[in-house]
Amino acid sequence: MKVLVPVKRVIDYNVKVRVKSDQTGVDLANVKMSMNPFDEISVEEAVRMKEAGAATEVVAVSIGPQQAQETIRTALAMGADRGILIKTDDDVEPLGVAKLLAKVVEEESPDMVILGKQAIDDDSNQTGQMLGALLGWPQGTFASEVKAEGGKVNVTREVDGGLQTVALDGPAIVTTDLRLNEPRYASLPNIMKAKKKPIDMKEPGDYGVDISPRLTVVKVTEPPVREAGEKVEDVATLVEKLKSAGAV
Amino acid sequence: MAVLVIADHDNAALSDATAKTVTAAKTFGGDVDVLVAGKGAGDVAAAAAGIDGVRKVLHADGDAYEKQLAEAMEALIVPLMDGYDALFAPATTMGKNVTPRIAAKLDVMQLSDIIGIEGQDTFVRPIYAGNAIMTVKSADAKKVVTVRGTAFDAAGTGGSAAVETVDAPVGPFKSAFVSEEIVESDRPELTAAKRIVSGGRALGSAEEFERLMNPLADKLGAAVGASRAAVDAGYAPNDYQVGQTGKIVAPELYIAVGISGAIQHLAGMKDSKIIVAINKDEEAPIFQVADYGLVADLFNAVPELTDAL
Repeated sequence: MKVLVPVKRVIDYNVKVRVKSDQTGVDLANVKMSMNPFDEISVEEAVRMKEAGAATEVVAVSIGPQQAQETIRTALAMGADRGILIKTDDDVEPLGVAKLLAKVVEEESPDMVILGKQAIDDDSNQTGQMLGALLGWPQGTFASEVKAEGGKVNVTREVDGGLQTVALDGPAIVTTDLRLNEPRYASLPNIMKAKKKPIDMKEPGDYGVDISPRLTVVKVTEPPVREAGEKVEDVATLVEKLKSAGAV
Repeated sequence: MAVLVIADHDNAALSDATAKTVTAAKTFGGDVDVLVAGKGAGDVAAAAAGIDGVRKVLHADGDAYEKQLAEAMEALIVPLMDGYDALFAPATTMGKNVTPRIAAKLDVMQLSDIIGIEGQDTFVRPIYAGNAIMTVKSADAKKVVTVRGTAFDAAGTGGSAAVETVDAPVGPFKSAFVSEEIVESDRPELTAAKRIVSGGRALGSAEEFERLMNPLADKLGAAVGASRAAVDAGYAPNDYQVGQTGKIVAPELYIAVGISGAIQHLAGMKDSKIIVAINKDEEAPIFQVADYGLVADLFNAVPELTDAL
């Protein structure tokens, strides 16, 4: 079984984002960039499937600037076999990403695509589902467990109120939630080895799909700031305050 | 102009999130219809017909819709969209799962998790875990939107819309429901609760979490939530998690117990009306958003609070 894992380069999750004063977006200059954390979970899951003998090849694909190559190298250091970079300096929206990925799937014929459930920059939570629709594939979103056997994929999903398990007739889309696994750190020898693994360089134009943006950003602003209130002495005072505020 | 709203329900009851999504749809404008897709969900369809401002309810019934799986919902909704200018769904796990498939089929770029509407094509949504707010304009002919429940009040009741049965594709589809583990609870559902008590890693174990948080919740008639750290440590089930990657809540009262206040947690609860923080560490970031902060050992303070209420 072949597994395709799309990975996105985003602001590192530990970085406090700053909104630009001209309200055109957030400041990306000199900010640490990393692989989207949910995509790390996807790579880890695919690599574990390979280690368990369930997958034969893991291909990492990224759509982004030249530097997104580093994100692919991270995936290769974690254990992916090869990479594909679709190089563009433009922002590609989830719909455009899904269209490009659908073309990559046509070329690569994977049996499963594992994606992060959302990227922590635009928080859209769309790409995997859109890719599923474009390919006519079933999906197991927000996965906390994935079991592939005999052409079927059982995915346990984190849903409101608990967990739900669905059976998918493969090939299938899986999107990962936080508790699917704990991604590994790449070891130094594996980072060195990853440098020799191949990355195919492509451009959006190679795929002949319309990825022009549908959305225009009007403005990006800071969220309203919540003021700190008061510290109370003890539980009795707290209860008194809550009562006078009508909260209890 | 007409908007189709996808109802979120469990075949027995309509979720609060649906009425909130109807409010968002009414703000957008035009006639608002609600689609109830389920199995034996007649009561839900009747409840949806009673939401104030709904023109009609489309009721699709069939085995394939019992769990509202995305593949069946896509087959049902895409043809229905011929008659609508917009599709609105609550940003629940159902809405998030289903709507992007429909958007892709309609060749529309979806607007996820909106918190505001500024006209027919302009929407407001949080990005970067709520650390920035983006106003965005859509050039697509049809709009596909998911709505963050905490940003809109629930539409009232008292409506009497007609319920119309729609043909539902029977499949076969490439996905099937296998099983579920839904946590049974007499407490209110987290995203709909007026009061929430939420526990963090400082509680130390699942036993202590239960021993201290449950009586407090019961006293207040509150839902129980947890920080990601508490969930990851196994002190509380997954679906308790409040935060950017868990549930987004905005109750009247939110009591954070032993939660330090990581930015991802704050993103999920900072729109609560009154926030109370109980934490031993007076430097904990949670105090920066709390209306009332109590620097105390939670193991003493929580039972004392439970008794005092």
